[in-house]
Amino acid sequence: MDMDEKMKRDIILEHYQSPFHKGIDVEENYIKVNSRNASCVDNINVAALIEDGIIIDARFEGDACAICTSATSVMIKTLIGKTLPEAEEIITNFENMINEKDYDSSKLGELNVYDTVYRQPNRKTCALLPFRAMRDIISRKND
Amino acid sequence: MNRDDFPILNSGVIYFDNGATTFKPKCVVEAVKAYYEDYTANAHRGDYDNSLRVDKMYEEVRNKVRNLINAEKDEEIVYTKGTTESINMVVFGYLAKKLKKGDEVLLSKSEHASNVLPWIILQEKIGIVIKYIPLREDFSLNDDLIEDMINEKTKVISLAHVTNVIGDVRNLQKIGDICKKHNLLFIVDAAQSIGHLKVDVQECNVSFLAFSAHKMLGPTGIGVLYGKYDLLKEMDPLTYGGGMNAFFEADCSYELKDVPWKFEAGTQNIAGVIGMGRAIDYILEIGFDKIHQHEMKLKNLAIQELKKIPNIKIYNEKTESGIVTFNIDKVFSQDTAVFLNRFKIAVRSGNHCAKILKDEIGITNTCRASFYLYNTEEEVMALVAALKRQDEVYDHII
Repeated sequence: MDMDEKMKRDIILEHYQSPFHKGIDVEENYIKVNSRNASCVDNINVAALIEDGIIIDARFEGDACAICTSATSVMIKTLIGKTLPEAEEIITNFENMINEKDYDSSKLGELNVYDTVYRQPNRKTCALLPFRAMRDIISRKND
Repeated sequence: MNRDDFPILNSGVIYFDNGATTFKPKCVVEAVKAYYEDYTANAHRGDYDNSLRVDKMYEEVRNKVRNLINAEKDEEIVYTKGTTESINMVVFGYLAKKLKKGDEVLLSKSEHASNVLPWIILQEKIGIVIKYIPLREDFSLNDDLIEDMINEKTKVISLAHVTNVIGDVRNLQKIGDICKKHNLLFIVDAAQSIGHLKVDVQECNVSFLAFSAHKMLGPTGIGVLYGKYDLLKEMDPLTYGGGMNAFFEADCSYELKDVPWKFEAGTQNIAGVIGMGRAIDYILEIGFDKIHQHEMKLKNLAIQELKKIPNIKIYNEKTESGIVTFNIDKVFSQDTAVFLNRFKIAVRSGNHCAKILKDEIGITNTCRASFYLYNTEEEVMALVAALKRQDEVYDHII
C-alpha cells in the first residue's frame, strides 16, 4: 500500500479525533483487558466479543496519545469480522512492521499508515499497546 | 547564568526537564574524571597514597553535605544511590520495626512514587494506616489541616519539600514544629528542592531527609540519607557485606561498624561522591538566593506569556518554584512533548511518578517545564513561541 505522508496523517488524525467504537458499554460475554504504557500513561481498555472463533465486535476506552488512540481505532476496525488465526496474523505483521522486521503489508490494510512509526522509537509502544491488549484477549479466549 | 560551564548547551537543546535530572557543569565532570584517571583507589581499604587521598575526599564530602543541610554531625550523612533508596532505607530499616499495626503515617496525594509505594508495602506487611493530608484548591498542601489529622496513633509525617508536579514549596518549619509538638517523626523528600532552596534540618526538626545528587548538578547513582544520629543508631542496614562490618566469626558472632558506615556495604560510588561534593561547592558559590530568584523570574515570565495563549491550561500558577505544569486543551500531554521536541525543547509529559495526584487534579497527565540556573528568558520565549503554533501539533508529530 503506497500512500503519501499527508494521506497517512489524515487517516491517523481522523481516527484520533473521531475514534471508531470508542466507549465500552458491553455485555458480560465480552472479554475486557487493560493495556497501559507505564512510562507515558497511555492507558486503554479493549473489549471484544468472540464467538465461534470470529471477532464479532470490539470496543475501547481510555486516555492515550494520538498514535495510541488512533491505532486502537484502526485495529478494531480492521479486526472485526476476522477469524482468530487471521487476527493473529494481522497482529504479528503489525508488530513486525513497528519493530522493523519483515512483514507482509498486504495483510495490514489501513494499518499500513503506521509504517513510519519506527522512526520515532518513543512512539513504538504507543502503537503496539492495543495489539498487546488484543493478543491478551485472544490468548484468554484460547485458554 | 553560567551557561559556559555546561558544554551540553552548545547542542542548542532547550532543556526544561530539570525536575527529572539536571545537566552537569564541567567542574563536576572533571572531578569525576580526575578520580578515574588520576587517583583511582577504593575507600577505607589501603595504606597507600591514592587510597588515603580517596578516603579523605570521600569523608570530606560528608562534611560538605552536613554544611549544606546544617546537620549536627558528619556521621548523620549516609551515602545512598539516591532519594528512592534513602526513603526505602528509612521505611524498611527503621519504621518496619518501630511501627505497629494501626499506626498512622501522614502523606499527601502529590507525593512522588518513592514516598508512597514503600508505605503501601509497609501497610501490606504490618498493617500501618496511610492517611493523606488534603490539598488546597490550587493543589498545594493544606498544612492548616495537619493538626486536625493527628491522633494518638499518628507516628510519622512524610512529605516532599517541593513536589515534582505542582512544585508547591512546603513550609518545613511549620510542619517540623507540629512534629515536635506531637512527637512525630518528620521525613522529608528533598529531591526537588536540594539544588534550589536552602534546607536546614535542625531548624525544621527533620528526622530523616533524602535527596539525589543528579538533580543538583551532580552525578547519577549517588544521593544522601540524612538521619538524626540517635535514629540512625537504631536503624538497621538493608544490605550486609564488606565495608560495613567490624568483625564476624565462624560461630556467627559479628559486629557492625558505627553510623554511617554500617549503611555503606560494598564498594561505594566513590566517583559519584566526589562529583556530588564538587556540585555542592558549585551551587554554594552561586548561592541559593540567586538561583531561586533566577528560577522565579523565568517562571513568572512563562506564566505571564503562556496566559496570553489560547487553550493553554496552567495548573500551578502560584507556586514558588521553577516548575510550570500545563497542557494544551484537548491535546494529550505526550503529543505536546513530542511536538516541542521538534523545536529542541525538552519537557516531561505524563504523570511524573505522582500517580495518585490524578485523584485531585482530575486529569492523569500533564506537561512539565522545570527551570534551572542555566535556562534563559530567550528559552522561555522559545517555548511560548512553539506553543503559539499549537495548531500544527499533529503536522509535526504524525
